[in-house]
Amino acid sequence: MGATIIEKIIRNNTGKDVKPGDIVTVNVDRVMIHDIFIPFVASKFEEMGFQKLWDPDKVVLIYDHLVPASQVDDTRHFRVGNEFVEKYGMKNIHRADGICHQLMTEAGYVKPGNIVFGTDSHTTTYGCVGAFSSGIGYTEMASILGTGTMWVRVPETIRVNITGTLPKNVMAKDIILKLIGDLGADGATYKALEFAGDTVENMSVASRMSMSNMAIEAGAKCALFTPDEKTAEYCEMTLTDKERDLVGDSDANYCQVINYKAEDFVPVMACPSNVDNVKPISELAGKEIDQVFIGSCTNGRLEDLMAAAEVLKGKKVAPFVKLIVTPASRKIYTQAMENGTMEILAEAGAIITHPSCGLCCGRTGGILTDGEVVVATNNRNFLGRMGTSKVGIYLASPKSAAACAVAGKIVVPE
Amino acid sequence: MEKFSGKIWVLGDDIDTDIIIPTEYLALKTVNDMAPYAFSPLRPELAGQIKEGDIIVAGKNFGCGSSREQAPEIIKALGVKCVIAKSFARIFFRNSINNGLLLIENAQLRDVVSEGDQVTVTLNQSIEHNGNQYEIAALPQNLMDIINAGGLVKAMRKLNGLD
Repeated sequence: MGATIIEKIIRNNTGKDVKPGDIVTVNVDRVMIHDIFIPFVASKFEEMGFQKLWDPDKVVLIYDHLVPASQVDDTRHFRVGNEFVEKYGMKNIHRADGICHQLMTEAGYVKPGNIVFGTDSHTTTYGCVGAFSSGIGYTEMASILGTGTMWVRVPETIRVNITGTLPKNVMAKDIILKLIGDLGADGATYKALEFAGDTVENMSVASRMSMSNMAIEAGAKCALFTPDEKTAEYCEMTLTDKERDLVGDSDANYCQVINYKAEDFVPVMACPSNVDNVKPISELAGKEIDQVFIGSCTNGRLEDLMAAAEVLKGKKVAPFVKLIVTPASRKIYTQAMENGTMEILAEAGAIITHPSCGLCCGRTGGILTDGEVVVATNNRNFLGRMGTSKVGIYLASPKSAAACAVAGKIVVPE
Repeated sequence: MEKFSGKIWVLGDDIDTDIIIPTEYLALKTVNDMAPYAFSPLRPELAGQIKEGDIIVAGKNFGCGSSREQAPEIIKALGVKCVIAKSFARIFFRNSINNGLLLIENAQLRDVVSEGDQVTVTLNQSIEHNGNQYEIAALPQNLMDIINAGGLVKAMRKLNGLD
């Protein structure tokens, strides 16, 4: 009997012949803590009675949700974080470099086959390079910091095969939204998603990232792609045989197999106020909008900004629409300046912000009020996520979002 | 076998953690400071109405969304004895166990109850409502160990020889 990718990763980590449903203790390769939760992690860690971190080099602290501070209490999180770093001899800290999920792979903290946990639900993102990564709470994070281990239930796997060539106006975001709509918000709860087929093989690591990022919106524990040459280039490494073998075997045991033809995808949006409320944009066309947001750990990468710039080149954002663009990291910000993308966006009328979580988590930089509508490229449209509970949030790809910004209403991108 | 009764508050499907506690309140100092804002995007009055020992009954995928552990902590701080739902999201499930908030999965109850009803829970065994019994599954042993230790913090204190 063959194995799925997640089974192989857990087998390699534990040396045990695991199967779905088994509860095993894994050795953790890396952890990520962000600014919102560091005060809670620090106090739980000390309450538990630990004197030192199991391995300071495996711990990464990233300030992103509260950068720069928007409320007076926010700076306390930085103070507590800095004290923790100093006290326990940590080196891996980012104070204004970008969003945690972008930095974890961009800065080389996660490699194929790793097991990684983070204090954020979108930690599933690192499946884009073939790592088992998942979100946890701050109490469990504190226990990992002390022990370097964590119990997991080996998940069943849902295999998603996608073959063929995507239509020009469709992006990876449309694929993952369609899948979440088909599975439902709890369709993959406790399970692993595994993506395969020539469509995903031909995708950039950045596009794979958009998909693994949103796996949690179907409840998934992780979302895995097989590491390949693109992964190796992105991670600046040479793949070992063990890493190349992180392929779902044809005789592996899948709890569900979903097959898509790339040609069948159309641009879609997740409508208020659930991520699984997914509709083709053609059914929503004409709805007037107040704001567009292009950014976040889902869609704030260079290819996303370039896709938006391609739509916006030589055009202007509709006069009553605010277009907010947030690159996912400082590196992406710089690259987008160097290749002219920022200039196109600025000339079109975009408000370009510093890299951070900002508007996606509803803390700063474009909060909306009752009756307003926003088309956004991030990952959640929950009630009250970007302002009051009477804001309509429509989630879409960067291409679709940019087209809506120009039209001032929901339109199907060309 | 532990047994308890409580008045119920009824919620729907996909109650996400942004509803349980919106991000704008997450930088408040303590869970007790945040508790008055629990469920505010959906039912702003609810946090003030919940009394010690009450029970929440909800639909599927309760606690979906972010990893914020304040979500189960706040529900516990409001005095809620347990949450009974058709299903729970995974991070919320782990966070609840680690903080000693009891979660019970039951597919039928939500569709037969009305807000304000009384239910009686016999731990790891059954729920009683209007004279009808609904079976519930027992939690796996490794989770019962954490609950029996009084949560993950206490389990770790024991590991470190403190308690």
